[in-house]
Amino acid sequence: MIEVDNLTKLYGSLVALRQVSFRVDQGEIVGFLGPNGAGKTTALRILTCFMPPTSGTARVAGLDCQQHSLEVRGKIGYLPENVPLYLDMTTRRFLSFAAAAKGVSRSRSGQEIERVMEVCTITSVAERLIGHLSKGYRQRIGIAQALLNDPAILILDEPTIGLDPSQIVEIRSLIKQLGAERTIILSSHIIPEVSQICQRILIINNGQIVATDTPANLTAQLQRNLQVYLEVEGPRAEVVQKLEAVTGVLEVKPTDGESSYLIETSRGEDLRPELARTVVESGWQLRALTLQDMSLEEIFMQLVTDEEAGKEQK
Amino acid sequence: MKGIYVVYRKELYRFFASPIFYVVAFIFLALVGYFFYSSVAYYSLLSFQAGRTPFLSEQLNLTDMVLEPFFGSISVVLLLMVPLITMRLFAEEKKTGTVEFLFTYPISDRGTVLGKFTAGVSVLALLLAATLPAMFLLEAFTNPPWPTIMGGYLGLLLTCSAFVSLGLFASSLTQNQIIAAALAFGALLLLWIIGWAETLVGPTLGSFLKYLSLLTHFDNFARGILDSRDVFFYLLFTLFFLFSTLRILESRHWRG
Repeated sequence: MIEVDNLTKLYGSLVALRQVSFRVDQGEIVGFLGPNGAGKTTALRILTCFMPPTSGTARVAGLDCQQHSLEVRGKIGYLPENVPLYLDMTTRRFLSFAAAAKGVSRSRSGQEIERVMEVCTITSVAERLIGHLSKGYRQRIGIAQALLNDPAILILDEPTIGLDPSQIVEIRSLIKQLGAERTIILSSHIIPEVSQICQRILIINNGQIVATDTPANLTAQLQRNLQVYLEVEGPRAEVVQKLEAVTGVLEVKPTDGESSYLIETSRGEDLRPELARTVVESGWQLRALTLQDMSLEEIFMQLVTDEEAGKEQK
Repeated sequence: MKGIYVVYRKELYRFFASPIFYVVAFIFLALVGYFFYSSVAYYSLLSFQAGRTPFLSEQLNLTDMVLEPFFGSISVVLLLMVPLITMRLFAEEKKTGTVEFLFTYPISDRGTVLGKFTAGVSVLALLLAATLPAMFLLEAFTNPPWPTIMGGYLGLLLTCSAFVSLGLFASSLTQNQIIAAALAFGALLLLWIIGWAETLVGPTLGSFLKYLSLLTHFDNFARGILDSRDVFFYLLFTLFFLFSTLRILESRHWRG
């Protein structure tokens, strides 16, 4: 559905994207994850034909974004970052402009506007000026305009930013529901959000895609090692020495706490019984022993920082 | 051309939703009303005196004494007001980011430019129409030369379209509305009076400057002279700036 090849975008001498390639299939919900300034918005803006790439191609439904701009734009519903809106228009008036611009026929327009307002639960503010509405409503008006004319592809740039928690839950479930029959790309820097909604994640940093997979695979792939958290009362040096002698233990790292340690073990084995036995046999007091799962946050941090460390070395 | 009507309707709605239009309309009509009143009052005073001197009464006519100054003053007021009407058109959308909608909806750049242009011209045409009662007032007291009046209004309409196209161009250059207005006002004023330099430069450049001047071409209309060269000049002027605006919008495709 969406094919991006070797996309590079320069702003003057600043590289926003470098040689980015990815595919999105029909019906997929894909999340763009990355720190601020990573190039998420730039990539989305190129896909929506708002700006051209410096080099490389972006194709939507087989059509090049630059050569067939109008056709491509007709297939996409887009929620821009920060949701710019005409503050002096009423919700209904703005949506009717958007519907007309998207080529919804006049006879169908009224019905279509009612439909998207209902989906986004903004029917109650239909006659209010957008400038008088709260951020949550504006965000939903932005999503409503993207849904007009039922586009096959939805591109949402930070769809839940600035919403309160209950609205976030609402919008997330709305996106999931919409994703049943549409292709959706959304960007975010909120990791749980992306891992909940998306079937696939593209992690982007410094203009490059550093990882792409399902949330589950990404977690599995990066959890090369298991970490065990251990609290034990005993002489530090001796504890470290004894624990490192246990087969399967890769490293024992004393942490900041008085008597706590992080133990890296090779994947696939649960070494907790061994560790417990060693501690008890040595006559020390075992306070805590837990297996630590690496969260997506940590994976993200690891990817992003690995990348940066790699660059510094160069 | 897709989208002209959509953008036109949106712009028209936003003109009437914004206080700028009403303030500009109020000032415009107040000034025009004052100019009309003073030239008519002066004309009637002179006519009164001329009743005793037949020689003077031959010199008096409505076109020279009322219509020409009336159209002339309207054109100067327009020069001041049009930049205020047009400054918003692109600058505001760029500033607030709504331009992202215009560029990602399936409407062409040409449609956007023409939609905004026609909306601006329509609003000004409405202002001009609001000055028509003055002409009907003349009808009540005398026999105004209607063809001259129609020529004058045609000239004003063409002036408006030229001004709006330049204002639109200025607005497409910047995100800042004040800068857009200042640019448009400066350029219009310069083009209005550029003919004055005629005597200072050589005859070739002089006649070129005179041709370039908006004032030269407007004077004919104000006197009721309809010359196809003047019409052509205004149309060319308008087309040139609409084309330039389009190029500026399209420059986002190649600028870094």
